[in-house]
Amino acid sequence: MTESFNWAMIYPEILLLLMACVISLADLSIDHLKSPGRTLTYLLSVSTLAVVAVIAAVNAASGEVGFAFNNMVVYDPLGNWLKSFASIAMIVTFVYGRPYSMDRGMLKGGEYFILSLFAMLGIFVMISSNNFLLVYLGLELTTLSSYALVALRRDNGLATEAAIKYFVLGAMASGFLLYGMSMLYGATGSLDITNVFKAIMTGQIKHQVLVLGVVFIVCGLAFKFGAVPFHMWVPDVYQGAPTSVTLLIAGAPKLAAFAIAIRLLVDGLMPLALEWQQMLMVLSICSLLIGNFAAIMQTNLKRMLAYSTISHMGFMMIGMFSGVVDNNTQGAANAYSAAMFYIVTYVLTTLATFGVIMLLSREGFESEEISDFSGLNQRSPLYAGVMTVCLFSLAGVPPLVGFYAKLAVLQSLVSSGLLGGVGIAIFAVAMSLVGAFYYLRVIKVMYFDAPLTATTVAATQDVRIVLSLNGALVILLGLLPGGLMTICSDSIVRSLGN
Amino acid sequence: MGLLSLCIWAPICFGVLILALGRDVHANSVRWFSLIGSLFSFGASLAVYKDFQLGTADMQLVENLSWIERFNMFYHLGVDGISVAFVILTAFITVIVVIAGWEVITERVNQYMGAFLILSGVMTGVFCALDGMLFYVFFEATLIPMYLIIGVWGGPNKIYAAFKFFLYTLLGSLLMLIALIYLYSNSGGSFDLQEWYKLPLSGYAQTLLFFAFFAAFAVKVPMWPVHTWLPDVHVEAPTGGSAVLAAIMLKLGAYGFLRFSLPITPDASHEWAWLMITLSITAVIYVGLVAIVQQDMKKLVAYSSVAHMGFVTLGFFIFNDLGMSGGIVQMVAHGFVSAAMFLCIGVLYDRVHSREISSYGGVVNTAPKFVAFAVLFAMANSGLPGTAGFVGEWMVILAAVKFNFLLGLAAATALILGAAYSLWMVKRVYFGPVANDHVKELNDINAREFLMLTLLAVSVLAMGINPKPLTDVMGPSVAQLLDQVAHSKTPNP
Repeated sequence: MTESFNWAMIYPEILLLLMACVISLADLSIDHLKSPGRTLTYLLSVSTLAVVAVIAAVNAASGEVGFAFNNMVVYDPLGNWLKSFASIAMIVTFVYGRPYSMDRGMLKGGEYFILSLFAMLGIFVMISSNNFLLVYLGLELTTLSSYALVALRRDNGLATEAAIKYFVLGAMASGFLLYGMSMLYGATGSLDITNVFKAIMTGQIKHQVLVLGVVFIVCGLAFKFGAVPFHMWVPDVYQGAPTSVTLLIAGAPKLAAFAIAIRLLVDGLMPLALEWQQMLMVLSICSLLIGNFAAIMQTNLKRMLAYSTISHMGFMMIGMFSGVVDNNTQGAANAYSAAMFYIVTYVLTTLATFGVIMLLSREGFESEEISDFSGLNQRSPLYAGVMTVCLFSLAGVPPLVGFYAKLAVLQSLVSSGLLGGVGIAIFAVAMSLVGAFYYLRVIKVMYFDAPLTATTVAATQDVRIVLSLNGALVILLGLLPGGLMTICSDSIVRSLGN
Repeated sequence: MGLLSLCIWAPICFGVLILALGRDVHANSVRWFSLIGSLFSFGASLAVYKDFQLGTADMQLVENLSWIERFNMFYHLGVDGISVAFVILTAFITVIVVIAGWEVITERVNQYMGAFLILSGVMTGVFCALDGMLFYVFFEATLIPMYLIIGVWGGPNKIYAAFKFFLYTLLGSLLMLIALIYLYSNSGGSFDLQEWYKLPLSGYAQTLLFFAFFAAFAVKVPMWPVHTWLPDVHVEAPTGGSAVLAAIMLKLGAYGFLRFSLPITPDASHEWAWLMITLSITAVIYVGLVAIVQQDMKKLVAYSSVAHMGFVTLGFFIFNDLGMSGGIVQMVAHGFVSAAMFLCIGVLYDRVHSREISSYGGVVNTAPKFVAFAVLFAMANSGLPGTAGFVGEWMVILAAVKFNFLLGLAAATALILGAAYSLWMVKRVYFGPVANDHVKELNDINAREFLMLTLLAVSVLAMGINPKPLTDVMGPSVAQLLDQVAHSKTPNP
């Protein structure tokens, strides 16, 4: 097995790479004045991603597990599903982001699409990597593309500031991660995650070195998730970046971050679980506390959603650390699949919230302040409805999908029998009450306040359809979450089973 | 699809269709469509009653489908003698509310009607759910439409009221969520209520669970001292919202005690019965006194609701047949009477735009038909024999006397207090000379209002004169519940 390259396993990546190159060439032919929306690039990008999403989904549904390129690449349902979801998230990002970017002159060149496709390739590489270097490679590909995307409006002060912040802090985080990896490489003599696992299991490696390595890796991951105390970049970047790019950062890459967290911590460093479990617990509690309370103070919606992201990452991490129970594989699988369900549904909901924000922004007018949403219900009941559904879902009110995500995570925490598990569960629940307050405040503004302008909200047909579907999916998955939950738990069981 | 599913989903589907039907240009067709929807649901609920077999405590019309496999959750519905009454009550009140909002609501009619229809289906779901998580989902889902109803169509201080309502009740029910997860883990992965009834639990675990459930249900009932949200919310909510809130949403809490606290934690229920009885009797007497001095009619009825619900929980926690049935009868009776009281206030408010008692006086001179109804409902509210209000209170008082004479005596003062606040309000608002020009120009009720009040008046009288069908229906279920409560569940007694 280790001898073969297994090209078939990386067809989606190859296709993505080829198409990204082809699209960047094809994009040169577009006259920006004749086609301000870069329709050709847009259609090519979306259809490429759609094809990739379908391939990944078919691969995932087959349930096959394998390795390619001398164990560099892992091919399993977990990765394939995440790739499929990430591609769909990116398609939706493009659909929502195109009119917004067009109004802000960001589509004078094709960078928005092409850089995003390369970021997507990085996401794919991260998701399917089974090797420290490959993880790092994918991460850099994604983040470097993102830095450039944040700075795409170079004449905008806020965006440039956000890009610099993102770049400096992101580079530091990558450094952390790389340093941790090098520490582990030094200790175990291998970059291959499976071999690292085996080496640690022998028990002959100095524990202190390993722990030091784990600390750096967890710090790096926490930065990517935006967990407290590595969250400082999140509000600034979310607020400063053009909203279409914010969505790009807030959506698909979160799935990749989840994947590498599982690959590194669970696949590779499981023998050190007692160490990273405590770290994640502290990160999670801090994120819930600071994320929720800081969100209350915000008047800028994008900033509020940034803090709410922080708190959601805290919630998701509960699932990550609840999985570490003595020899209880069933419990572990439940916990990780709960975390996966959480992150997937979180991305789904986030897409729609930012979609509505972009929809309300028009040329020369950013609809970012919470007060900009005043009386949205009178202006457009449909979009107010979509936003409301998403916010209630983020607040965790049944029967919306966010509730089941919280339920699954809390259930895994309570049944893990962790010391103080019920206490943390009560704390998490109390924090989601705090969270409910600021989500309700936005709904209040949309429904109870009078509109500031009487203009109706105009949306292109594709945005309208996708946004309605997105909102409907939040409700539908709330009524019948069973299917997605089964997908999550199946893929976790299959992927960790080997 | 079973009959119960029809009762739950028919109003929800109608509600969603109405939401999609569009803006106020279609207001009239929206109104008719929602009336058809609510009547259809009411018909379905009557069909449930028709198919209901008397004389057994088993769950009937059971539907059991797999819902979320990974958590072993089931779409498990069923009604017993206790819940069937509330399924019908919910559908009935929804019809009334649709009629009540007919001309009054002129803005965003489709959202108003849609919210009420969806709310109606969700509340029916609470009464039918036999799966712990399904119950919770329905229980919590009621918050969303109610929050919007209060916030959009409420009074001047509506935003404060909407937030208080949402956060207060969410806080309570989140603790219940932890309790449900705990029970799930403890029962080896089941959310089935009937499994939980058989589950042995240590005394300590029962106490914790009891208080977790208490947090959710006591806030909803609401019991003293966590009742403070209710007057604020009632005052600001639109008339229909107040009616549904008082008539049905408060019952969700009391119903939760019957479905969760008593049968799942019987030992803790006995152990903490003294607390529940103390809180209930405080609600009856203290809140009754508070009601007397209110200047605002809606606040007065809100406080009287708290006092009446105190009777309900008092009846539950003295653990005898009469008390339990009395409590449930009181729940149903209060459903009719409180809805009627709020609708009467709504009739006045629509005309004069004031809820202050002092803005009125001598209404009988200008609106005699209306006052006839209003006085009837006020009498029912104070527990006049022959009206619905009397039956439940009388049963609970008798049960309390059996349990402890002094307790019975204290409970009986409620009849005096009830008469005091209801009749004093009647005197100040309806009787006496015409107080001002507003009252002088008052129109009597129109055909629509006449219809809605007649429906309620007939129900109140019918239930007061012949409560036997109701007690017959619930009899076996109450007996079974008492049996469950009487048996200890601790592993080593």
